Amino acid sequence: MDERLTISTQEADRRSRQAAQRFRAAAPATGLVDVAVGTMGSPVGELLVAVTPRGLAAIVFEGDDRDRVLDRLARELSPRVLMAARATDDVRRELDEYFRGARRRFELRLDRRLMSPFAKDVLGATARVPFGRLATYGEIAGRIGRPKAARAVGAALGANPIPIVVPCHRVIGAGGNLTGYGGGLPRKELLLRLEGSLPAA
Amino acid sequence: MSRRRLPPFERFLEENRTTVFRYLTVAVGSIDADDVFQETFLAALRAYPRCTEADRLDRWILRIASRKAIDHHRGAARRPIPVAAPPERPTELDPTADGFGPALVAVRDLPSRQRDAVAYRHILGFSVADAASLMGCTEEAVRASTYQGLRTLKEQELKERATWTND
Repeated sequence: MDERLTISTQEADRRSRQAAQRFRAAAPATGLVDVAVGTMGSPVGELLVAVTPRGLAAIVFEGDDRDRVLDRLARELSPRVLMAARATDDVRRELDEYFRGARRRFELRLDRRLMSPFAKDVLGATARVPFGRLATYGEIAGRIGRPKAARAVGAALGANPIPIVVPCHRVIGAGGNLTGYGGGLPRKELLLRLEGSLPAA
Repeated sequence: MSRRRLPPFERFLEENRTTVFRYLTVAVGSIDADDVFQETFLAALRAYPRCTEADRLDRWILRIASRKAIDHHRGAARRPIPVAAPPERPTELDPTADGFGPALVAVRDLPSRQRDAVAYRHILGFSVADAASLMGCTEEAVRASTYQGLRTLKEQELKERATWTND
């Protein structure tokens, strides 16, 4: 048989996009989505948030390659990763409130599986630095009983999978300079201004 | 079976949605394609962590879609028709309005093996070898099912209304 049926794929593309959107919206209710991903606008650019049944696992700043982020979530958490924004509503609401100045403390459950054991200690101590306050890398090192590990603390903070909510931006150099930030220094500066820890620009 | 890592389900969905939707439009019709699409990807999501075919996920999802299409046809056959005389085929199926040729509506009503053979070979453009692998049968069986399916379509005199081109 050398005959062939030809059909246009444009309509299939359009309708399959709608069907996929319907699937993304309904899938979380089945309990089969292990990592729900949503995006939101913010003063520090678009944020991607990843939520699992255990809690918030990741916040990623705009500029990181979306495919690589999803790959990492699939590799380290579960391949059942889906762009299912509604399942991330709680996180996005608290972040919105924070950026509006209506929230100083997050009440979100966290999924810490993307942190190494050492990073869990570092970020646990960091999470206790309150809104509007600052700590130094050395102080965090001291608080986890590793006073000489300030550099390792800096590296763990730089790899913080849940920035903003775990406030690594509140940790600065001993001399008062901001030193570094996983999301880039301008974002660290903006977050600290927002919290009143730096004079408004 | 495969050592390749599973991609995030999101990417798998995005990469396969159009093919699955085209297949289902042919296999169950344009009205029901969306619902069967949902069932197909839900079954895939459920089984995904145990999937051992990471290197051929396109085939894996089409096999699921084929099973869901068969389930759909069985369900439709069982569904009682609450009128004395069976109604005409629903007229809301205007395939040309969807950009699909009228022959595609007839493909939907073929026996499942013929339907899949025609859909894989002539709608999705797969090789005989790929279709055989998908259907779990020999290449000869694919050729036979394709031939029977196309002959049925012709017998229904839909040929002249379909869009045929020479390969």
